[in-house]
Amino acid sequence: MRSAPVTTYDLKLALPLAGFFALFFVAPLLILILVSFYTDTSLTQFGLVQYARFLLDPFSLSVLVSTLWLGVKVTLLCLLLGFPLAWTFVRSPRLAQGVLMLIIVLPLLTSVVVRTFAWIVILGRQGIVNNLLLSLGLADTPLRLLYTDGGVVVALAQVQMPLMVLPLITALSRIDPNLRDASSALGAGAWRSFIKVILPLTLPGIMAGCLLTFAAAITAFITQSLVGGGQMLFMPMYLYQQSSTLSNWPFAAAISIIFLVAVLGAVTLFNLLGRLSRGYAQG
Amino acid sequence: MTESLTTQSLLLDRITHRYGSSLAVDNVTLDITGGELVALLGPSGCGKTTLLRIIAGFINQGEGSVIIGGKAIDHLPPHQRTIGIVFQNYALFPHMTVADNVAYGLAARGTDRATQSARVGEMLDLVKLSAMADRYPRQLSGGQQQRVALARALAVRPSILLLDEPFAALDKNLRLDMQIEIKRIQRMAGTTTIIVTHDQEEALSMADRVAVLSHGRLEQFAAATEVYDKPQSYFVNTFVGASNVLTGKLTDVRGTEGTVSLPGGGQWQGQLVGALNPGAMVRICIRPEHLAFSVDADALPGKIEIGLPLGATIVHEVRLNGGASLKVAGPRAMGALALPPGSDIAVKPAISGAVRIYPDI
Repeated sequence: MRSAPVTTYDLKLALPLAGFFALFFVAPLLILILVSFYTDTSLTQFGLVQYARFLLDPFSLSVLVSTLWLGVKVTLLCLLLGFPLAWTFVRSPRLAQGVLMLIIVLPLLTSVVVRTFAWIVILGRQGIVNNLLLSLGLADTPLRLLYTDGGVVVALAQVQMPLMVLPLITALSRIDPNLRDASSALGAGAWRSFIKVILPLTLPGIMAGCLLTFAAAITAFITQSLVGGGQMLFMPMYLYQQSSTLSNWPFAAAISIIFLVAVLGAVTLFNLLGRLSRGYAQG
Repeated sequence: MTESLTTQSLLLDRITHRYGSSLAVDNVTLDITGGELVALLGPSGCGKTTLLRIIAGFINQGEGSVIIGGKAIDHLPPHQRTIGIVFQNYALFPHMTVADNVAYGLAARGTDRATQSARVGEMLDLVKLSAMADRYPRQLSGGQQQRVALARALAVRPSILLLDEPFAALDKNLRLDMQIEIKRIQRMAGTTTIIVTHDQEEALSMADRVAVLSHGRLEQFAAATEVYDKPQSYFVNTFVGASNVLTGKLTDVRGTEGTVSLPGGGQWQGQLVGALNPGAMVRICIRPEHLAFSVDADALPGKIEIGLPLGATIVHEVRLNGGASLKVAGPRAMGALALPPGSDIAVKPAISGAVRIYPDI
């Protein structure tokens, strides 16, 4: 019995979806690219002025770099905290897994705005953390936690955690438990087994989790703006200011394209690293 | 092989293990000589896998001691025990080549690269897979994967080799080949080996000695032929090989022999297993090939229900006039047909001492 090749299915069935994508994704993207090549806000003359303006401006570049760097930090924190959590989940009895899964997906079930305001309550000057520190005598004056880089990273990490943990759980639970036993019977201690067997086999999950977390963290407009406050500027807010507040559409479009290319570049680099390390694990 | 043999004895000393309140292994003592191939045989849930995991160190037993080469190893974690194990699903590392799988244990022990690759070459020669060194496990057949698992386990020169249901995943023809192959490799390596299996043919054909387990208890530990010919318990008699079971009353005891009167009339002599007194209700076991048709007075009368010519043997299902049913097996002469159903016949033991008498529950 051979299943029919994919191409014998009527491709016309995919047309509605293709039309939808063409209309609402490809077309706007093309328009965006077009707009980014105008030199003036009234969209009359073509030129590369907007790109030059961004790429030669240290301030704009610093916003781009700090946004990508924010994504890296959030991703690393999620991986660092998420791996033990996924590990615990996989090794828990079935009943505990149900409770853990609820806790893990809970951030996805509440609105981003609500979660972000909760972080403001937690991190604020009169917030839970500061009150606790003051009452324990660990700090004399309230610490500045909100509107700091650290605050943004922690809040984003909590918000994006499920995106990291769920792929990790999938990857970890696919690993045959006998492999760990085999490794240890062959003389490998717990760390060696982890590095040589568990980690390489979890790599697809780590890759997926990192990509999702990174993409979500750098574009998280609401959390970035609310927890970061007015003094910290990241790409989504920068874009928003240029397009909505200043109505400089060509520049906003150029920022979008540069951001898009930068993210694609980062993702490609990451994929390459993942493939290299997998090659190493297999070699 | 040119290396010196590292044959080590294994003593399981009064091992007991509980999962919660249920007793998985109940006071099992096994004294295994260096270089011996022993099968742990029993139905699922008899504690044989638990015992295997205790030897490997994956489970810490509640009571008792695992002693290898005279030294207790109970305090050692699995990675310090030098015990080779071949899992039922082989558990090869999917992201490593065959050569890297075999080298894994050597690398973990800090062996230098040159020694590693020499040893890997030697092991792959032993299992006849030198040509496959650069393949990945998923590119191999089931039998090849098993040989890689075996090479991987033997590469570190383990003191004990454990095989967990090694043939369960192989098809029937390959199974026999691999049984011969593993026996050959085990002989050459000289490693003390334990095979866990629920397949009695596998246990009888491969092992020097067979340990039969039931409900966590050791029922019998003896040479394969002895387990078959002289089972020491009713469980062993019925679990290993085919057996006819009849109930009757013990009428006479003389030394280790007893006489049982059977419900359909007739009296059979047999070997007593365990202390029994005259008057006790007993179960007797006799293997189908030890029964024969007879015209003697002490033969039990009955009718043929069905006859099955199985090539080299013929098996007849007989319904005794007393109600019980028996299987009678015998060699088939060329051209011989099965007796037609309904034929009147009578059966009795063909060999004295073939009847074994056990207490009724």
